[in-house]
Amino acid sequence: MFQVRIHGRGGQGVVTAAEMLSVAAFLHGRDSQAFPSFGSERMGAPVVAYCRIDSAPIRIHDPVAEVDCLVIQDPTLLHEADVFSGLHADSYVLINSERTFMALGVEDIARGRRLERLLTVPATDLARKYIGRPVPNTALLGGLVAMTEIVPLTAVLAAIRRRFEGELADANAMVASAAAAYVRAEREAARHA
Amino acid sequence: MLDQVEGSQAIAHAVACCRPQVVCAYPITPQTHIVEGLGVRVKEGSLAPCAFINVESEFAALSVAIGASAAGSRAYTATASQGLLYMTEAVYNAAGLGLPIVMTVANRAIGAPINIWNDHSDAMAVRDSGWVQMYAADNQEAVDLHIQAFRIAEELSVPVMICVDGFVLTHAFECLDLPEPTAVDSFLPPFVPRQRLDPEAPLTIGAMVGPDAFMEVRYLAHTNLRRALELIPAVASDFNHQFGRQSGGLVAPYRVEDAGMVVVAQGAVAGTLHQVVDDLRAEGLPVGALTITTYRPFPLDAVRSALAGAEQVVVIDRALATGSGGFLAADVRPALAAGVPCANVVAGLGGRPVTQASLRRCLQGAAGPGLEPLSFLDLRGAVLEEVLQ
Repeated sequence: MFQVRIHGRGGQGVVTAAEMLSVAAFLHGRDSQAFPSFGSERMGAPVVAYCRIDSAPIRIHDPVAEVDCLVIQDPTLLHEADVFSGLHADSYVLINSERTFMALGVEDIARGRRLERLLTVPATDLARKYIGRPVPNTALLGGLVAMTEIVPLTAVLAAIRRRFEGELADANAMVASAAAAYVRAEREAARHA
Repeated sequence: MLDQVEGSQAIAHAVACCRPQVVCAYPITPQTHIVEGLGVRVKEGSLAPCAFINVESEFAALSVAIGASAAGSRAYTATASQGLLYMTEAVYNAAGLGLPIVMTVANRAIGAPINIWNDHSDAMAVRDSGWVQMYAADNQEAVDLHIQAFRIAEELSVPVMICVDGFVLTHAFECLDLPEPTAVDSFLPPFVPRQRLDPEAPLTIGAMVGPDAFMEVRYLAHTNLRRALELIPAVASDFNHQFGRQSGGLVAPYRVEDAGMVVVAQGAVAGTLHQVVDDLRAEGLPVGALTITTYRPFPLDAVRSALAGAEQVVVIDRALATGSGGFLAADVRPALAAGVPCANVVAGLGGRPVTQASLRRCLQGAAGPGLEPLSFLDLRGAVLEEVLQ
């Protein structure tokens, strides 16, 4: 089972991102489960959502304890308590930032881990450019699958097209693809660093 | 058709397949997405001639459902938490009048202190109101129970409450088999009311009943509700025959045959519990689980037979009868053979997650040193000590 936890703030599409990832996994023939951990729903409040992906039916309904992939949609959450909880030695971490992972002040997370699994992508900037709004979730989804290869990017693009229509779907598909390309390049650079 | 959908949207689909004629509800977290899904269908015309009636409160929502049902319509509503309490008087009336309304309860804690998260306090508060009360173990069962609910309600002329864990199920996106409306049509015949309010043929329902007959009325309601214990397995079997999966019924035993310890639970904790049972069995601990699907009427015989081989029973309650203990444990204890120890664990109040790790610790404790007769899972001892000082 592959387990993802996404941190962000209300209004950034955190729950939608987990749902779209589960739809992508479904379209790819996997069993999957996405669910939120809501506080009182309001703009700007911290929000956490989870996604599980497996080749066997998923029956558990407890929160994800051990995280295979952590996504941080809002870098202002980096120093909140417990954001990095549940990681293991091989976990992936993807952070929405225009800076590199090692320039974020959380270098201690990198200790003993593979650098190509600790990446950043300027998802908000890409979203502004392609969608015209600072909603980073689809860019991070593109980045997530490029980094982990848990499902193909084509499945994410199909999930985006199920969620959005017309130009908005096009823009979100483009930003996911652009972020995937960015993350692939970062991953290669980290591998050869 | 398999699809990846939110639990609430799947429930809305299932209810829509049952072709309700009147839907009325007042929004409350975490029930909202279900009635939104039905509202959209009514507005776009796909549920015609169904009326979606906007009301000003939960009390009104169920009162409108009562009126609609008494006038001969298939009526549906949904609520949670304080909303269910606010309609309590009408909950009893729907049962007393024998109206086959189906209601979803998206289980949520009750204040004060205010809390929007999941436990079973709301449904437990009205467990003895005369409704059939069933708990979904997962979202597929939530879908299937709604389809079975209208059959059960209309065959017995009693209201049926389907309890679905708030957020844990209502807000989870999962791969679900959504039934085709035509398949539901052949499972669920059109509603034929026993009697209905009709100005052309006037009758009175709900007239005052005095001391000379009130006990008999209640006795008959009790006997009628107990008939659900035969009907519910038959409906589940019909459903299995037509849709090809086991859903509903009275209880769902899991690996109890050779289990020394059986854990009894209700609702969405079932899947997590099954995983823990498998893990502990792999380590040599012979554990089983029993999920109580139908809670009212209480299936005492089915519980007794599922627990017949158990040397030890643990009952997990997702609500607290304050000052007493767990509701479910009180119902399960009379089903146990003399001398079988039964520990009651109150878990997951107000949305505290019931995790695999906590269940595992709890059951290992039960198998080892043993549990107190009443304990609270993951109670934060340090916080309590500070407060109690």
